[in-house]
Amino acid sequence: MKPLHTPPAATPPKTCADARRRYGRRDFLKSAVQAAALCGAAAVTGCDPGQIQSGQIGLQWQEYFKKNYRLMTPLEKEATVRRLEQLAKLQRGIDIQIGTTEPVKEVLFGYAFNLTRCEGFMECVQACVRENNLDRASKTQYIRIFEMEPGQMSPESGNGQYFHEVPVDNHFYMGIQCFHCQNAPCVKACPTKATWMEPDGIVVVDYDWCIGCRYCMAACPYWGRRFNFNEPHVPEEEITRKQHYLGNRLRTRGMMEKCTFCIQRSRDGKLPACVAACPTGARIFGNLLDPDSEIRFVLKHKKVFRLKEDLGTDPKFWFFID
Amino acid sequence: MKKSMLREIYDFIKHGFILNLTGGLTYQLYLCGLVALMMIGAYAYSVQLRLGLAATNMSNIVSWGFYISNFTFLVGVAAAAVMLILPAYIFKDKDLHRVVIIGEGVAVGALVMCITFVFVDLGRPFKAWHLTPGIGILNWPSSLLSWDIIVLNGYLALNLLVPAYILFCQFNGRQPDPKKYRPFVFLSIFWAFAIHMVTAFLYEGLPARAFWNNPMMGPRFLASAFAAGPALITTVLVVVHAHTSFKIPVNTFNKLRLIIVISAIVNLIMLFSEIFKEFYFPTHHSLSATYLFFGLKGHDALVPWIWSAIACNVTGTLVLAFNPGGNKPLVLFPACILLFVGIWIEKGMGLIVPGLVPSPLGEVVSYAPSLVELGVTAGVFGVGIFVITVLVRPALVIEEKSHAAA
Repeated sequence: MKPLHTPPAATPPKTCADARRRYGRRDFLKSAVQAAALCGAAAVTGCDPGQIQSGQIGLQWQEYFKKNYRLMTPLEKEATVRRLEQLAKLQRGIDIQIGTTEPVKEVLFGYAFNLTRCEGFMECVQACVRENNLDRASKTQYIRIFEMEPGQMSPESGNGQYFHEVPVDNHFYMGIQCFHCQNAPCVKACPTKATWMEPDGIVVVDYDWCIGCRYCMAACPYWGRRFNFNEPHVPEEEITRKQHYLGNRLRTRGMMEKCTFCIQRSRDGKLPACVAACPTGARIFGNLLDPDSEIRFVLKHKKVFRLKEDLGTDPKFWFFID
Repeated sequence: MKKSMLREIYDFIKHGFILNLTGGLTYQLYLCGLVALMMIGAYAYSVQLRLGLAATNMSNIVSWGFYISNFTFLVGVAAAAVMLILPAYIFKDKDLHRVVIIGEGVAVGALVMCITFVFVDLGRPFKAWHLTPGIGILNWPSSLLSWDIIVLNGYLALNLLVPAYILFCQFNGRQPDPKKYRPFVFLSIFWAFAIHMVTAFLYEGLPARAFWNNPMMGPRFLASAFAAGPALITTVLVVVHAHTSFKIPVNTFNKLRLIIVISAIVNLIMLFSEIFKEFYFPTHHSLSATYLFFGLKGHDALVPWIWSAIACNVTGTLVLAFNPGGNKPLVLFPACILLFVGIWIEKGMGLIVPGLVPSPLGEVVSYAPSLVELGVTAGVFGVGIFVITVLVRPALVIEEKSHAAA
């Protein structure tokens, strides 16, 4: 197992004279200029200069001045993805693949949650944390499961922090995550257009364009967003290497993040990690525009409802009882 | 001999510098105090830069805290300058015209604080350029935050340029040309209402937060601003009156007092109406108000604050209304401070935190600012008071000379 940050290749010279002996004058001047640039880059990115290697500065500089993802040409998207992959290699010594898979035409993703089936095992939460590289330090989770007593239908009256064996008799379980509202208040609120709804209905965040004002968080009626107050940490061996620019790629502190219906999986025709992990089959995901999809079957044959319909947010996430 | 325009501007700025640096021991100590505050702020902010917003006590539930509370309150203080500008420039009121420059200085200082508070609240301040139209994207007109950025910066420009032009003319012994500045004065009057309404809409426009999603927000913001702002201006005037040769007539104090009293009474009526709505028939939407006034699920950190705020508000309003001291600065000063502090609590933490608690999923937590947040806030206030001081001090000297000449 490699350490989290690879140390600089050569041990740094101790004094100027020492350095001159080892590199010669021209090389010394060059490295002095690099060191100065490095400190500047460190101030901007908040990284420890000791861990930055020479090639990184240029990459970080280009990353700092890149555009909003939606304004990038395919070539620019390709370029930023290559830079991010190189940076991951340089900074953490790991190989990742960041995709930019575009939405598939005639697809609008929707989700349904079977309240009868869910038994509160939280396998979905675990799978989500692993798949989406969520911060282990602050125990960030996109999915919340609420233990509810009969007679309740709003998570506000449920227990969102249970630590006991499940399922408990005479209780049911309700899963809450980002509902990917068709009329999303968070999208309207963002002052920099760093969050938007993709044509396939997924509400995404351009992590690198977000300035961290947290207005979207105040605007969300479902508590669907998470902010990186601290520098997120994921143990290297647990990092999911197959990533998407708008999905599970590694975040840094000060940016907003949220459930993306596992965009890195769903756009490749796979189920989101939570759906795949659910041992009871309570989670249903599919294309709302496909009349033969399972989600359309549920919407047609089950009695479904959505949370806080009165707000007019039009979530693409339905609850139902079998 | 006619000096060139550039030379005049240079002299104007140089003179301002000299006037600000010269002063008695008390003044020098006061400046040192402000510098110390700013240094505390700079240090605290450096800690925050190193640790990220994890250095604050904000969380995914209370995602806005002390910074945004102070920002919201100070927008009101900035807007309040219009209560002097309106009578002074439009109704040609002589008593208020004499002090309007102080009101504008206070507005500039308050705006600088507002913008700084929003900046220090950003998770990634180095990416703030993303907001600049052209090189970045400003989500206008959809995002209310983008509106707020525009109106705050516009109002800052207006409140800097109009007084700067008038003072510059007076400094060079010329009569300012009303044709040149009056359109901007009119604009700044509408703009003052705009900064407050837009900031209220920032909260009012969020159906996710029942406590904020309330049409009373805008008007109440205005009423409390027109009480707190002139209250602050009055305290500044009391200080100016006591410590400089620039004397404030009793009539000016009286007019300001009337403005404050009327606004404070309207504010209290609206507060009463809100409390009535929340508690006559409490619904789920009243939980935030319950949290604020009585505490919820054992979390009652805000309760003593809001009740002291109401006590301050009522006492301050009563004292100013019945005016036992007959406009004596000795009575006005504490009453205005009481009112100011009352509104600061009520429209700061008392407004922002309950809007976020309980969370949309019903979770209740307590929030109190961390040491870093307190330090940064102290620094921002230091910057603001410093700006007000360095603007108002030379302005008063120039005004006085110009009056003496006339």
